[in-house]
Amino acid sequence: MIENFDLSLVDWSRAQFALTAMYHWIFVPLTLGMAFIIAIMETIYVKTNDPVWKETTKFWMTLFGINFAIGVATGIILEFEFGTNWSNYSWFVGDIFGAPLAIEGIMAFFMESTFIAVMFFGWNKVSKRFHLISTWLVAVGSSLSALWILVANGWMQNPVGMRFNPDTARNEMDNFWDVLFSPTGVNKFLHTISSSYTLAAVFVIGVSSWYLLKKTNVKFAKKSIVVAAVFGLLSSLFTVLTGDNSAREIVRDQPMKFAAVEGLYDGSEGAGLIALGIMSSSGDENDNMKDFSFKIEIPNMLSYMAYMEADAFVPGVNDIIKGYTDNDGEVHPPAKVKMDMGRKAIAALKAYKLAKKTNDELGQKEAQKELEANFKYFGYGYFNDPYDTVPPISMSFYSFHIMVGLGMYFILLFVLCLVYIYKESLVNKKWFLRLAIWSIPLAYIASECGWIVAEMGRQPWVIQDLMPTLAAVSNIDVMSVKITFFLFLFVFTGLLIAEIRIMLKQIKVGPNHGGN
Amino acid sequence: MNNILYKLLTVPKAIWDFYSQGFRNQSKWSHQVWLLIVIKLFIMFFVLKLFFFPNFLNTKYNNDQERSDYVIDQLTNPKKSLE
Repeated sequence: MIENFDLSLVDWSRAQFALTAMYHWIFVPLTLGMAFIIAIMETIYVKTNDPVWKETTKFWMTLFGINFAIGVATGIILEFEFGTNWSNYSWFVGDIFGAPLAIEGIMAFFMESTFIAVMFFGWNKVSKRFHLISTWLVAVGSSLSALWILVANGWMQNPVGMRFNPDTARNEMDNFWDVLFSPTGVNKFLHTISSSYTLAAVFVIGVSSWYLLKKTNVKFAKKSIVVAAVFGLLSSLFTVLTGDNSAREIVRDQPMKFAAVEGLYDGSEGAGLIALGIMSSSGDENDNMKDFSFKIEIPNMLSYMAYMEADAFVPGVNDIIKGYTDNDGEVHPPAKVKMDMGRKAIAALKAYKLAKKTNDELGQKEAQKELEANFKYFGYGYFNDPYDTVPPISMSFYSFHIMVGLGMYFILLFVLCLVYIYKESLVNKKWFLRLAIWSIPLAYIASECGWIVAEMGRQPWVIQDLMPTLAAVSNIDVMSVKITFFLFLFVFTGLLIAEIRIMLKQIKVGPNHGGN
Repeated sequence: MNNILYKLLTVPKAIWDFYSQGFRNQSKWSHQVWLLIVIKLFIMFFVLKLFFFPNFLNTKYNNDQERSDYVIDQLTNPKKSLE
């Protein structure tokens, strides 16, 4: 059935969505993390009454405001794309995707129109305490706003709490709490927000380091670095913890993604973790499972990470294709069996529709029974080759390893920061201050890599096992998708340049004259 | 009683004053950012949404029944719809 789809349309639609999502994500993590850093700084100001803390809070609030304003509504583009480019998907997911997004929209609107206004306009107009509460509400509210988006994304990675209605071809939520508290959604939310807090901490340290190198606003810069380093260290350690939880969850619910990001082709008991690896170039563009020309492997580590047992069996790509029994004794059928079940489910949906049209109640019941029995693997019915269900391995592998490597580097950065501050030698460590400035783009690279892992690693699915990406796209003209791709590229690049210019200008102005 | 009523009546004016003074007293960077927001929203809603991003199912079909029929057809017989 795969040959019946316009793969050029699918690829351009994916490229467009990836472009807009990745640009949107440039703005979001800084907003999420900076809001908390500002709230902590303002709390210290309210506690100590030290005007330097007030200036510090106001300066970072300025950068927060610029980032927030440039980034605001960039996510709406994604919603446009759902309706235009991904109409099959949007219809199929029904209210499960729409409800969390609607809650997010309402929450964001009220938060933005009230508490952000108090944050920026409220100095000397409302009490210190009310202003502080507003700042904390902005911080908590922005993370809660992210919760609903990530709940929706978590559902796509692990669809739970719903039933498929063959009359409407929509999934209907039958348990809101299952959707909200799905382990995938919870881990995704915690991992995403904690990594965003880490990014913001790296940003604050990087900008403050620039002042220390220039020997201006030294007191302000040191105070900012202390807050950011402590906040960043705690956030990055929490990111490791949530990443570890995600690994255990993914190996159960998305084992193919786990195998791809780890570059594990053949599973084994006591599987080793490839800490560092380079895949060899076979010269064949279609070769998705490239050998490693170099790798550093930690024995048994992958089994331990996945199941907390050093000798546990971790399935590789080939095991998942051929079928395997996991450590809990659950049998996972071969991809070919899933493909057969998928085809039966698709045929049953077709038969159900026909029976309904001809008022054949018995036929309808039989078709529904068949559909329900095979629906779990509905999406497999679109593929001819089991290896079509393998995500792009090298991209997943490298993105994952870059993300993890940079995550570890940030922990070291925060620790060194605190050590140098404690020893009162930070100002003299020019190499470290330069490194901190250059760490800002690295934080963004790590953050974007995280999304590449999440979204490329789950391919070919838009909804795990139920809907492949190729079946989700609208039947529209590929040229219009190409045009809008380049339009977005132009608009978003313009916005990014504008943000960087305004931000750099404010950074040069500095905390004493930045104002709000 | 009159005092409470008076206070309630002055709340909308206080909110209005809060926002209007806030907008009036903004710094230079705020004006630049507001300009960018306005340009961005105009491009999004009056160019992109209007000309490039119509809702595919809503513009092609009149009711949910037609939309679900179309999607089922797409899901069960993609070749037919893509020809």
